[in-house]
Amino acid sequence: MILSALIFILVAGGLLSWMADRWHPGSAKWVALATVGIELVLTIWLWLQSASAMALPAHGGWFAEIRAEWIPRFGVSFHLAMDGISLILVVLTAFLGVVSVACSWTEIQERAGFFYFNLLWTLAGAVGVFLALDLFLFFFFWELMLVPMYFMIAIWGHERRQYASIKFFIFAEGSGLLMLVAILALVFVHYHSTGVLTFDYFELLNTPMSPSAELWIMLGFFIAFAVKAPIVPFHTWLPDAHTEAPTAGSVILAGVLLKTGAYGLLRFVVPLFPDAAGYFAPVAMALGATGVVYGAFLAFAQTDFKRLVAYTSVSHLGFAVLGIFAWNPWSLGGAAMQMIAHGISTGALFVIAGILQERTHTRDMSRFGGLWSVMPRLAAMGLFFAIAALGLPGMGNFVGEFLVLMGLSSVSSVLASVAAAAFVASVVYALALVQKIFHGENTHGWQLHDLSGREMATLYSMAAIALWLGLYPQPVLDAAPGIANGPPAIAVAHQEGNAE
Amino acid sequence: MNTPPSALPLNLMALFPLILLAASAVVVMLAAAFYRHPRPVMMLTLAGLVLSFASLFLSRGVGSRQVTALLVLDHYALFFMGLIVAATFVVAVLCYRYFGGDESRHEALYILLLLAALGGGVLVASSHFASFLLGLELLSISLFVLIAYPRFTEWPLEAGIKYLILAGFSSGLLLFGMALVYAQLGTMQFAKIGTMLAAPDQVLELYGLAGLALIVTGVGFKLALVPFHMWTPDVYEGAPAPITAFIATVSKGAMLALLLRYFLVAGAYQSQPITLALSLVAVMTILIGNLLALLQDNVKRILAYSSIAQLGYLLVGFLAYGGLAIEAVAYYLTAYFVTMLGAFGVVTVLSGGLNDGSDGVAERDSDRLADYAGLFWHRPWLAGIFTAMLLSLAGIPLTMGFIGKFYILTAGVEASLWIPVVALVVGSAIGLYYYLRIIAAMCVHDPKAGSVPEAKFAGTASLAESVTLAALTFLLIGLGVYPTLLIQLLETTVVHLAGVPEFLALTGSL
Repeated sequence: MILSALIFILVAGGLLSWMADRWHPGSAKWVALATVGIELVLTIWLWLQSASAMALPAHGGWFAEIRAEWIPRFGVSFHLAMDGISLILVVLTAFLGVVSVACSWTEIQERAGFFYFNLLWTLAGAVGVFLALDLFLFFFFWELMLVPMYFMIAIWGHERRQYASIKFFIFAEGSGLLMLVAILALVFVHYHSTGVLTFDYFELLNTPMSPSAELWIMLGFFIAFAVKAPIVPFHTWLPDAHTEAPTAGSVILAGVLLKTGAYGLLRFVVPLFPDAAGYFAPVAMALGATGVVYGAFLAFAQTDFKRLVAYTSVSHLGFAVLGIFAWNPWSLGGAAMQMIAHGISTGALFVIAGILQERTHTRDMSRFGGLWSVMPRLAAMGLFFAIAALGLPGMGNFVGEFLVLMGLSSVSSVLASVAAAAFVASVVYALALVQKIFHGENTHGWQLHDLSGREMATLYSMAAIALWLGLYPQPVLDAAPGIANGPPAIAVAHQEGNAE
Repeated sequence: MNTPPSALPLNLMALFPLILLAASAVVVMLAAAFYRHPRPVMMLTLAGLVLSFASLFLSRGVGSRQVTALLVLDHYALFFMGLIVAATFVVAVLCYRYFGGDESRHEALYILLLLAALGGGVLVASSHFASFLLGLELLSISLFVLIAYPRFTEWPLEAGIKYLILAGFSSGLLLFGMALVYAQLGTMQFAKIGTMLAAPDQVLELYGLAGLALIVTGVGFKLALVPFHMWTPDVYEGAPAPITAFIATVSKGAMLALLLRYFLVAGAYQSQPITLALSLVAVMTILIGNLLALLQDNVKRILAYSSIAQLGYLLVGFLAYGGLAIEAVAYYLTAYFVTMLGAFGVVTVLSGGLNDGSDGVAERDSDRLADYAGLFWHRPWLAGIFTAMLLSLAGIPLTMGFIGKFYILTAGVEASLWIPVVALVVGSAIGLYYYLRIIAAMCVHDPKAGSVPEAKFAGTASLAESVTLAALTFLLIGLGVYPTLLIQLLETTVVHLAGVPEFLALTGSL
């Protein structure tokens, strides 16, 4: 019950804030804040409960589940379930929801009701994606979160919003349809071998398939997730969408939507197609390592603040992909950690970019300079999150990247050393960012007021979480044990795949 | 088929929906002759449609019946008749204000609408070449007049002539094809053709094959499949918006239902070359329809190309044959009906309307993309409805279009039609662009800083129109979220196609 409530609260809150804005202009943000606040409290309560919760007997590690018939004709059910990895991602989604409402507080003036409606529905779709264990339902939420995101970019975005939003939508939707075909192919392979038509995740696990069918179906899933994650040849929508989106949109895109791609790899691609994933893992890892290096180098070449941060996402998510396809307890823990830490640090950088843009109406880094003297608080926060993003020990990103590299080095030392090289590049771009914006003379004569209380509260809480993740990562690593500790069959297949 | 005398009342009862449609056409004509006033005429029309719809349930009680050699009133036919009658009802409601309401003399329009609906009803129930042609001509001839109804303006007249010539041409092809099939097999009944072809040593010879190809071509013109699609954008653009909705839904839906029946009952699905050709046509229709839509700046033309592409998607489900194919086609067609009626309904409401051209009425509909700029902020409900319809055409969740596309893909994947399925995926991705273009135009912030004359959005919807559009949207989202209601209806009605060999019906029953 609690799981459907997690989705329903956001859906209802979205409708309510749209309505509220019609009755009482200006009240939409309060409704939205209350909604995400309730959501956050609920998810944290769930997290605290989960330590003591009894694992469901049928499937180890699942501590909440709901299942109801939806479209019996196709064996589709409304099946939600939560394990450790979905829990921490839902917590992240709820927290970033609060952040994105807070950072839109003064930025969004026009049509605020519709804006918060879209924001909350995007979050509802993402929560649905993290919880759905019926492949049809998963696809439903997967597509559903795109539409409000499209509206957020297309209506409240920056200069090239039309181009960016349409590109985003076509990439995501086109690859999604490919996944739908793959889902249907999987379902019918299962139907022809067992006579049961079902979209249920647990029943589709261990479907016997011919190797070539498995590879093709897996590729259908992989491409959809690779577009979202993003893995390198499929990433071109990302810099545009992140740059043109309003601040809240960028935060949600980087913090939540990219995670759905990585989550899909973790939840569906490897468990459903262990052999094909093992066979394909070297290619996927090579793509991941390419992304790590390529993203870092391109980030260094950017002059647009948000574009720079967008390319760092490509680099950071490359680590998560490496960790997932290396598939051992260290690398998986690292991938989970990397997803959470990236959500916080990149989200914070987008919030900072948004604050600067709201005051200066530019994102061009060559027009900044010397802001430390004008806005010391913002500059300190900028420095903090820049070094969090470059992976300084003591921050969450370091833990994630370190664990991924540790796990990866046992699988492929070559790729591990390639990915480690990205540390150098990431230092370069992070320090270049700080240098160009905050250091030096204030040659442009900016006179800006420093962070307000609301902005400080947002950034300080994000900084606290980044530090907590870095200094005491165990709760997150604990929350993701189900996948890390219990993949015996998959790990074996994986080793065989690598041995070839 | 010899009908025992005692079966006559039952046969009449089965025919009731068609009889009522014909009778209301006569009644409406007489009423219009004695009391020329559009409002009562429209009311009578709507009442006739409602009665006809209600009598469908009566015929359903009678069960599946072959009434003479010409018509078969099975559940398949009844389902599509229901769809046609309901769509005609919506179109009739949309026509009233558009054609000038009380002020104008447009009574004849309703007679033609009823006759066209009758033609569609005969088509979906026909089991014989004669009734096939009869229904087709009844539908087409009414449509010529309907398209050119605002006869004082240039565009509809041009569109009417274009449709007339092409429809005449395609009917000619159809007739020739029927003659060739008759020349080989000596029968015009679908079921007999099917049983003859089911015999082990009997296949279509060159005559029969050429005949089948000609029939498919003729139907292809009506369905606007590529390469027979040239007329569609011009006719859609020129015809009055509610009539465009009628062409897009009733005319195409009835033809497709008939073609599916012919293929399954008359065994045409066994013909390899025809199936191959149809797969090719499906792929081309999807790709070319979507690609050409990218180049348009006129909403009615975009919707025309979109409807071409939608028919291509339907063809993918069609080619799966079997029970699941019938279900998929029926679901998608229902979704397509709801969506197209809704989309053209919005265009209708936004257009000033065309009447006898006496006093400065709009020369054309509000169909340029620029007419929709900023609609979201001026007419939020209308823009919301239009957005829902466009998202449904694009196959986005929460709408019927999504479930429909899912159904079609399921049927296609189940039958391993990989190439058409991939074409469908590629086509849908391309299609997103032009749907988003309309949506993006509607949510433009400030079109030239408020220089938009308010009069541009002045066309206010009548109460009936608003209720109709709201009901369509409600259906669209309701059946998109909880499709089981419609699926159950489909499972109990439409898959029971009289005269289909059992093995076919079974392959799809999961």
